[in-house]
Amino acid sequence: MILTKWQLPNRSCRPASTLQDELDQLFGQAFGRTRESVLSGWSPALDLYDNAEKTVVKAELPGLKKEDINISLQDGVLTVSGERKEEKEFETAETYRSERLLGRFQRSIRLPSPVETDKIKATYTDGVLTVTLPKTEAAKPKNIPVNVN
Amino acid sequence: MSAVCQTQECEVQATAPERGYITPEVNIFETQDNYVLQAEVPGVNKEGLEITVDNNVLTLIGRRPQNTEIPPTDLLYRESREADFRRSFELDRTIDSGRIGAKLEQGILTVTLPKVEKSKPRQITVS
Repeated sequence: MILTKWQLPNRSCRPASTLQDELDQLFGQAFGRTRESVLSGWSPALDLYDNAEKTVVKAELPGLKKEDINISLQDGVLTVSGERKEEKEFETAETYRSERLLGRFQRSIRLPSPVETDKIKATYTDGVLTVTLPKTEAAKPKNIPVNVN
Repeated sequence: MSAVCQTQECEVQATAPERGYITPEVNIFETQDNYVLQAEVPGVNKEGLEITVDNNVLTLIGRRPQNTEIPPTDLLYRESREADFRRSFELDRTIDSGRIGAKLEQGILTVTLPKVEKSKPRQITVS
């Protein structure tokens, strides 16, 4: 599976990373995870489920507006992008702690098999985006009977 | 008074260390009447939330429901973590813990911590 990512630098500030973050980062790298350092901006977590019927991609995107999420599929690569904006309500408020990352994000993931592009569905519930991609007939597994002579 | 003293994080040990907890990212703001705390708890619904104030310590717990729509055996690649969210904050006395309010919207938990009346700035009119 190929994972690519691209991100604009963003202006959000984040406190110095904790030891736990550092360890997560270290082990994440060791096990081939591609999430960037906490210092490089917002990189939402992606999960990929796959079975005979469909592929499901889930992304943790807390605090977005539906219209600020973009999903596209090109050459078997699903891309989720968007922007999380600061809430106007607190723009002028005194800020005591600012750990949430704001700004643009983009994540791409290569799908394991071809999907029916016109039957893709996406839902956004409790800050989690779920994209359901039904497989094409050709991509579904076939049972091959064994003949015994 | 320094900002962090108002709503200070307190080192409270997780009660179920075998599973572990995720510390949600928070923003804390101060408006004229309230302190407002926003925590990121993606995947948590209203039923999974547990907010308690005990001995001036505010504890937020967010439990994520089991995924029923697609079996976990179909998981091919994972970056999210399964653990529940938990974080505690020590509340300053200037917060009226009896009037704390909370709302949950698309994975963002917003907790409103009202200031007690006397700690609000007061305008004194000259007669």
